[in-house]
Amino acid sequence: MKLIVENLALERGGRRVLAGLSFEARAGEFIDVRGRNGAGKTSLLRALAGWLRPAEGRIRFEGEFEPATSMHVLGHRDGVKSGISLIAHVRYWAGLFGADPAGSEAALERVGLARIAKLPARVLSAGQSRRLALSRLIVAPRPIWLLDEPLASLDEAGRTMVAELAAEHLKSGIVVAAGHDPLGVPPASVVTL
Amino acid sequence: MIAVLALFRRDLAIAWGAGAGPAAPIGFFLGTVALVPLTMDAQRASLLESLRNVGIPVIWIAAALAAFMILERLFQADLEEGGLEQMLLSPAPLEALVLAKALALWIAVGLPLAAAAAPAAIMLQIPAASAPLVSIAVAVGMLAFIGAGLVGAAAAAGIKRAGVLIALVSAPFFAPPALFGAAACEAAAQGLGLGTPAFQLLCGIAVLAAALGPIAAAAALRLQAE
Repeated sequence: MKLIVENLALERGGRRVLAGLSFEARAGEFIDVRGRNGAGKTSLLRALAGWLRPAEGRIRFEGEFEPATSMHVLGHRDGVKSGISLIAHVRYWAGLFGADPAGSEAALERVGLARIAKLPARVLSAGQSRRLALSRLIVAPRPIWLLDEPLASLDEAGRTMVAELAAEHLKSGIVVAAGHDPLGVPPASVVTL
Repeated sequence: MIAVLALFRRDLAIAWGAGAGPAAPIGFFLGTVALVPLTMDAQRASLLESLRNVGIPVIWIAAALAAFMILERLFQADLEEGGLEQMLLSPAPLEALVLAKALALWIAVGLPLAAAAAPAAIMLQIPAASAPLVSIAVAVGMLAFIGAGLVGAAAAAGIKRAGVLIALVSAPFFAPPALFGAAACEAAAQGLGLGTPAFQLLCGIAVLAAALGPIAAAAALRLQAE
């Protein structure tokens, strides 16, 4: 499994946000994407997810897998619905990603929300909402994680948790994370935009 | 298939949980219908007959307006909250996921609204024996409206207060079900039952709209994700 970015250029709203970017990621590698606000970190992750067409260059995946159903994307928006319970979210995501919903309780336990599993998501703080979004990555194992500011709103324990999850995932998977704080695992390479 | 069912169940849970639900569109539908006799000239000798003449068109217009109303938020919430992006990562095709959302909306809101059409029909002087048939026709009509409105709802998902835009985009597609739905109800009110060509055409249109709507809407949603 390999992710290859070749001479990539991206545009947002007709403006070039990045150009001439090349890097590779193999299984077990963490790519740390750095850059000031507006440097194109989110655009890069969206392009890797296939949601933003490259203006130039290309993104390739090597290996026997379908990219769209082999990745998790943790974006700025958590994809959380205020009206339904936390456990209903995790079960829904398990179903949506074709995974076994039996692991839903364990996934909530892992992100520290098991105690409030039956409460509706509207009671969540920003940090708890982010923890809930992280439970997607646990309940449906997928080899590629694209994380956009994964530490945003998380407390110290939450940041440690993300570092542990990433370290565990890197035994076999790929992590591409953009952010301003160190993720807590050693990067295979740092991409500065 | 599992993904489609999961989304269907989630959307039903959201619709029946706190917040959304069928109460607002049904209230809108009944309120619109109830205004009709109030705004007619009560002094006129032929009031009841006039009511009877406008009754079925009013029910269909109110149902179409209620459909515009419920379509507005169908994709908007998912787009704003990031849920749509997650759907793009599902092994299920987006078309099937959109169909699941449409069917959940029909069951959670369309069918209760159709049930409310029976008392509305009686209020508008349609024979009580035909009122259940009006409900059935409106139920089929709501499926056609939802299917026909999907593409408009998807295209307008990224726009605030998109109700008017959805109405503009979808109005041409709303004409056939409204036309044949009203004709089917007229025949039913005359005691001809639902075995009429108009009702059969309405059913055909509903199936067509529910089949083609998700395909067009999925294409529009993919553009929205960019």
